Parts: sequence; C-alpha cells; structure tokens
Amino acid sequence: MKQDFPKGEIKSIKGRGFVIKGDDIDTDRIIPARFLKCVSFSALGEQVFADDRKELKGSHPFDLGQNKGANILIVNDNFGCGSSREHAPQALMRWGIRLIVGESFAEIFFGNCLALGIPCLTASKKEITKLQNLVDENPKQIWFFNLNDLTITNQKELIQLSLEEGAYKMLDSGKWDATSQLLDEGERIMKTVKSLPYLNNFNQ
Amino acid sequence: MSSGTLYDKVWNFHRVKELPGGSTQLFVGLHLIHEVTSPQAFSAIHEKNLKVKFPNLTIATVDHIVPTSNQQRPFADPLAEEMLSTLEANCAHHGIKFHGIGSNSQGVVHVMAPELGLTQPGMTVACGDSHTSTHGAFGAIAFGIGTSQVRDVLASQSLAMKKLKVRRIWVDGSLQKGVYAKDLILHIIRHLGVKGGVGFAYEFAGPAIEKLSMEGRMTICNMAIEGGARCGYINPDEITFQYLKGKKYSPKAHEWDKAITWWKSLASDSEAKFDDEIQLDGSSIEPTVTWGITPGQGISIKEKIPNPELLPQNEQQIAKDACKYMDLTPDKPIEGTSIDVCFIGSCTNGRLSDLQEASKIVKGHTVATGIRAFVVPGSQKVAKEAKQKGIDKIFLKAGFEWREPGCSMCLAMNPDKLEGRQISASSSNRNFKGRQGSANGRTLLMSPAMVAAAAINGKITDVRKLLKD
Repeated sequence: MKQDFPKGEIKSIKGRGFVIKGDDIDTDRIIPARFLKCVSFSALGEQVFADDRKELKGSHPFDLGQNKGANILIVNDNFGCGSSREHAPQALMRWGIRLIVGESFAEIFFGNCLALGIPCLTASKKEITKLQNLVDENPKQIWFFNLNDLTITNQKELIQLSLEEGAYKMLDSGKWDATSQLLDEGERIMKTVKSLPYLNNFNQ
Repeated sequence: MSSGTLYDKVWNFHRVKELPGGSTQLFVGLHLIHEVTSPQAFSAIHEKNLKVKFPNLTIATVDHIVPTSNQQRPFADPLAEEMLSTLEANCAHHGIKFHGIGSNSQGVVHVMAPELGLTQPGMTVACGDSHTSTHGAFGAIAFGIGTSQVRDVLASQSLAMKKLKVRRIWVDGSLQKGVYAKDLILHIIRHLGVKGGVGFAYEFAGPAIEKLSMEGRMTICNMAIEGGARCGYINPDEITFQYLKGKKYSPKAHEWDKAITWWKSLASDSEAKFDDEIQLDGSSIEPTVTWGITPGQGISIKEKIPNPELLPQNEQQIAKDACKYMDLTPDKPIEGTSIDVCFIGSCTNGRLSDLQEASKIVKGHTVATGIRAFVVPGSQKVAKEAKQKGIDKIFLKAGFEWREPGCSMCLAMNPDKLEGRQISASSSNRNFKGRQGSANGRTLLMSPAMVAAAAINGKITDVRKLLKD
C-alpha cells in the first residue's frame, strides 16, 4: 500500500498502468456499502472492488501480481457513477492509484478525486481503447503523464487527453484542496449571509 | 447559457465570489450531515484547529447504519455504534442540532429535513449523499458532495462549484391511474440515459409535474442523480407553499407572506433561456420496472426484457453484463418474473403517501408464500402518522414486516441485506451489482405500489390489475 498521498502541484505522474473495463462502473462496485462502516478512511485501500475481486478469485486487475505498484488506472465511460461516497476515490488512492484516464467520469466522483489530488483525464472511446490495448499488451511499460500539454506517453505512442480548465488550474497551482481559498473569504461570506432573504426574516 | 431560470436566480443569490480556476465560491444555506460521510470531515476540521462556521445552518441525523429491528443503544453492531457516537460527540462539541434515535424527528436525511420544513424554496442545500437532489422538489438547488467538501462546508459554509447548464424536461399530460412519480422518473432516465444529465441541472416542469404532490416531486428530484444530473428542481407553487405551511421550521406569521412573495419570484421566468429542452408525454407512461444493473435499464410492465443484440451498439455490452448478472432471459416478458424479497422504503419512496398507496394494493390480500416482504418508514414522523392511519396494521395483517425508520435495504449498511442470489422488488433508487448487501444479489426497481403487487403475487405484476376502483 502506498501511503505517500498527493500533495502540492501535480504537473506530472509516472508509472505503470492497468485496465478496468466496462461502462457505468458505480461507486458501489468500487467500494461496496458495507465498507463505509468506518470513522476513518485508513483501511479502505485493501477493500477496493472487494466484491468484483471475490467473484474473480484472484484474477481481478487489482489482484494480479503484475499490477502491484501500478498507479495509473484506465477505465471506460461514466466511471464512478452513483453514490457520492468519497470512500471510492479514497480506496483507489490508498491502494496506490494516482491518475485515472477514461472516456468520461461521473461529476461527484470527478470532484472527489480532484479534492484528493487524483487527476481524472478523458479521451475519446477510440483513444481509450487504443491505450487499454497498449497497456494490456505490455503491462511492464512505464507511462508518463504531463499536465502541461495533457498527454500520456510511453515514449513510442502519445495520447492526447482532456481536462476542464478549472481542474487544470487547480492541479497546476497545487490548490486542489479548496478549504484554504474558501476560508479566505470570511467577509464576503458574511455579506452573502446578510443579503439572503431566508436568513434575514425575508426582508429584502 | 441559461438565464432567468430558478437555477440562475438561486445561484446568483448564493455566489460569494469567482475563484481562480473558473469555479464559484457558493454559499450553502442548509448543510445536512449524517454518520457516514461526516466523521472524516470533522477529523480534518479538528486537525486544522478550525470551528464549524455556522452550526445553526447545519442539521444532523442518523440514517444509513441504524438497525430497523431493534434500535436500543448500544447497537448490536459495534461499528454502527461507533459511527453514531462519533456523530453525537461531533454535534455536541460544535453545537449542531442532532435529530437522533428517540428524538421523534430522526429519519432518512432526505425525508426528515423536508417534513420539518427545513428545506425551503430558494435555498442551496448540500449533504454528503448523492440523493440530496431530493430537496430540489421545493425549488432549492440541492446537491450531493464528497467528504472533502463536507469539510469545506463545515469550515466555511461554502463550496467551490462550477455552474451547471440547465435542461428543462417538460412533461405534458397527466399520469394514468396506477402510474406514479417513480414510473415517470424511471421513464425519464431510460429516455435520457444514466449519464445524460452530466453537467446539467434538471428543471422538471409541465402539467404532469405540476399535478404531482410534494412527495411525488421529491421522488422525481431524488432520482435526478441517477440520470447523471447533479441536481434537479421543480419551480415552487401553491402545492409547495401548502406543504410548508405550519411546518416546524417554516416561516411564521408576518414572515410567511414575505416568504411567499420571495419564493414566487424565484420560479423560472416565462422567457427564461435553457441550455437544452426536451418534451415528454406523461399520459403514455406505464408502470415501469428495471431489469438490469443501472437505473436506466428500465422497461414498461408490458415490454419484454431487451435482447442485447438488438440494442444500439453503445448499450450492448452493459446489457449483456446485465442479462448475465440478473439471470433474466432476453425477449421474455418482465411481468411474471419471480422474486424473493419485497422492500418498501428509502429516501425515494419511504414517505407517507408511498406507504399509503402501497397499503391500498395490499389491503385484503396476503403476501405470497416464501416471499419476505417488509416496510421501512422513511422517518419517525412517517412511522407515527402511518400508525395513526392504521397503515401498519394493513401491512402486518397481510404478512409484511413493519420496521423502524432508516435507510435499510436500499444500500444495506445495516443488518437488512439480500442473501446470495436473491432477487428483490424494491422501491429504492439503485439496482447496481451488490447494492442491496449481497455481492450477487439482484434488484428490480419499481414504485411502492408495484412492490406491493409483487409481494402479493410472488412475481412482477402490473399493479393496475390489483387496483380497486
């Protein structure tokens, strides 16, 4: 289990990749509800995809020896849909995932990942299929993700990725943990409070 | 870009400032918390030596982990007990009002907050639970957040959010007898897909929506998230105001009239601009049941289970997965599918009217042999009112179990779980693999009345065949 969690600016990520195939993989599958019975995220890494792994008896990508230490996950469409549980990205992060590349991501999942410093990048179905095939063919090869030009490459093949501007800037500046920015605005928050009818006896 | 919609107006009222990176700092008017997604957020607050900025705008209850059979403390499950006592301690420490077991106001967070009058038009509502979209039924902008964001709201009463696009879903006509809000939202999700709403707020409007009760409207907005929309809402109207009148936290006396004036001003303007608009005919919708592993895999009770080969290419793989997992046969009618368990409850359909409609079907019948059927009221208030109306007796007499309020088998974080390959008829909101507590258990989503019909016949049944005139 990797415990060196993301911090500061995230401009590049290097490592081995592996593939989880399928559209609409929901957060119930990433971390089944029974594992939410905890007051700390610390044990979640071992439980990622628990039920899928049990069903595949050791042949699930998260169990294969070749993927030990890999940190880039390649997924398909609408990954992370369903429940808002941050336990899902926490489980992935604590297992060792530092970058997710896929066709598309559910919104809350995307935001949760960003808040932990796990970039979620997208590419077309065609490009993702190509990347999945390349990764499957040679699981040992090292991939380089570069935030600056939004690419991932194994030095031979290069795949162009997409990321919305806000998320890009947050990763680039290291300000993906929003709390401090929000706390800066105490005065403006009070101004908003004073202008909201429902917090002021409906006097407008 | 949208303009003049309720979403735009509420957004503008709550905008604190634009943040570098294109997000907006948005003020949160009502923050709902529960035991699952808040403990780590409180830990983070404590580590940073921060306080809860507006404890009076934060409301807590306990729902996901509570047992529905015996709610004596300490709970039999030590982990559940630890989660509840952690929440109790955090609330006491920060001066947050906690609606706990025995308070008469505990319940599923999306059931108890509206019934106390906490949710009102024009608010922003956030909660560490994706079904927070429910509160949009009041013309609030309400969205689910992750634990890091729960921390942000606790510390600053605000969030970094990106403005969504707005799609108006206009539903003409009116629902037929035996067709409920649940059928309508399952129909909408089937039509637009489980990720059709990504990047959008859904405005539900039109005659069929306006005719719905507040409880029906909550069912619709509750499942906006299952269509990929972060939030869904309905413009406030007389039905909204009547529901709120006299509720514990609703505006009182001289404030009430001023509140109504403001609430009315929030509705989308007649010339409002939407980023997208679609129109559906509510009269043509039939009772709807899911057959697959996403809420978008639904069909009408008259239809056959789809043959994956005949579906559009991009739906084929997930349909094949679904048929394999669900062990249902393509081209066979969904009606008549045998089931093992029947569950009425959840934040989607655990309200009084849901129990009432289902009890009308159940009355005078008994649960089929071998079926486990149970009702879990959404809150202590729902349980109490149902008992006053004798609804519990109707269910008990028919052979249903009548349980204490909680989230129960919607997501099975408590002792209520499917076992093995059991298949359930469920009034809840998700049919994901393993959702109801067994790694290979199976879920068919439908209205509470359809669940009642399934319990009586031991198989999926067109509820209209059991409707009394």
